[in-house]
Amino acid sequence: MGEWVIKQLSVFVENKPGRLAAVTKILYDKKINIRAFTIAEAGDFGIIRMVVDRTEEAYSSLKNAGFTVTLTRVLGVEVADEPGGLYKIAKALGEEGINIEYVYAFTYGGDKALIILRVDDIEKAAEILEKEGVLYKNS
Amino acid sequence: MFWDPRIERMPEKELEEYQERKLKALIFRVYNHSPFYRKRLKEAGINPWDFSGLRDLTKLPFTKKQDLRDTYPTGMFSVPISQVVRFHASSGTTGKPTVVGYTANDIDMWVECLCRGLVSCGVSREDVVQISYGYGLFTGGLGFHYAAEKVGATVLPTSAGNTARQIELMKDLKTTVIACTPSYMLYLSEYAYKTGVDLKETNLKRGIFGAEPWSEETRKRIEEKTGIDAYDVYGTSELSGPLFTECTEKCGIHIWADHFLVEIIDPKTGEQVGEGEKGELVVTTLSKEALPLIRWRTGDITILENEKCACGRTHPRIMRILGRADDMIIVRGVNVFPSQIEHVLMQIPEVGEHYLIILDREENGLDVMTIQVELSEKAEIDKVSDILELEKRIAEKLKSVLNVTAKVEVVNPGTLQRFEGKAKRVIDRRKI
Repeated sequence: MGEWVIKQLSVFVENKPGRLAAVTKILYDKKINIRAFTIAEAGDFGIIRMVVDRTEEAYSSLKNAGFTVTLTRVLGVEVADEPGGLYKIAKALGEEGINIEYVYAFTYGGDKALIILRVDDIEKAAEILEKEGVLYKNS
Repeated sequence: MFWDPRIERMPEKELEEYQERKLKALIFRVYNHSPFYRKRLKEAGINPWDFSGLRDLTKLPFTKKQDLRDTYPTGMFSVPISQVVRFHASSGTTGKPTVVGYTANDIDMWVECLCRGLVSCGVSREDVVQISYGYGLFTGGLGFHYAAEKVGATVLPTSAGNTARQIELMKDLKTTVIACTPSYMLYLSEYAYKTGVDLKETNLKRGIFGAEPWSEETRKRIEEKTGIDAYDVYGTSELSGPLFTECTEKCGIHIWADHFLVEIIDPKTGEQVGEGEKGELVVTTLSKEALPLIRWRTGDITILENEKCACGRTHPRIMRILGRADDMIIVRGVNVFPSQIEHVLMQIPEVGEHYLIILDREENGLDVMTIQVELSEKAEIDKVSDILELEKRIAEKLKSVLNVTAKVEVVNPGTLQRFEGKAKRVIDRRKI
């Protein structure tokens, strides 16, 4: 597994009051910081996806609390926070026939944006993004 | 191993002659001593002097739960109360409880039956038997208690509830056999797991589970999770209490035919069903004195197996209870047994053991059945479609088994209600 792989946590939650609080409290109690966060919502339930600073610890804490948690390999793309940032990478992946299953993004540091991607062929996508010079790497 | 090898392996022919004699004697006895049965038999045109035994069995009237309620508390007893050494009572969910009574001989017979069962599933004087069935008016606790003591095992009478202490005592006193409801065993093993106790590392090696219908898949789950052998037990308070168990072959529950005569009937018509067909279990008590029952409608649906068991016992067996004739759910006109739903769910590794069946009626009059089931902690979920596909897969499986559509909702692990006694898995919100 390359050093470019980001391990994302996916947590199944019913769409009920207090469930998000329950998940985030567990992380707060362990002083784990959430770096990227999104919820895919589907009526009765949702799937929380997040990237945190201490993934293994977050994974086991949530699991011990009885949540169904899955670690998923995703890619991070670091682009300048300016028009065309997402277009550039979507185009590059599209041209190579890579399907993006989902994507979410956030800005940080005032001038940069981090885009999290799950794709159908992670190895090939990493190669393309590396060529584009936008692949995020864990330092 | 046998508790009473002569009786347990008695050739079928002898067993039948034995039943014949006892049935004739029973009819005389109730005619002479039970005003209730004298009236019933007269109404059915049966005269004990003309009654020819097994051949005339189907001419005898049925006895139903309602009869016990109508004669509450002791109107059906066939002995004076001075000869009764114990009462038990079953909870009255629909009105008054039903009271059962035992003479000293009745208690002996009950204990004897369950001793045969315990020994047939491998219990011996070397065992420590933890009895987590409720003690008191419910027959489960005391029934197991007396039988396990008579077998010579060491009894740990924990009764139901207080799971933390159950597990602590189980570890400290090296329990080898547990007797409780299957849903409580699932609860207990989950509790043990959460508190860091691996039941596989304890001395526990057998469990005897009953008092509610359960499935073969639940057996597999319990066995895999806990590393024990799980056996089914059957009995009802009216018949005495827990009486019959599986043997180590695990292929049906041995009914001790020297004391109980069984039939399977179609619950609608009252006619006996063909061999191997499922129907309602009807039992005639051949030995009971205080409260003998003639053709007692148990309300339990099962299949009868008369073939001799591989263990060498000749007594007939009943298969796993498929459900209650009276808690059978009717959804859009289709008969559904909760055990069928359980059977399907237990084959799906992504979901847990706990589930809830919710019935609603839409404004258009159509019934909607929703099955809530907990996602397993081991499931791999990242995309919304993972859940939607899982729900769809379960719904399709249910549809193929039940012939009726069910909506499936996957919920968070640990969120459905847990039960320490009999599980209540059906919520019927339909306004009829």
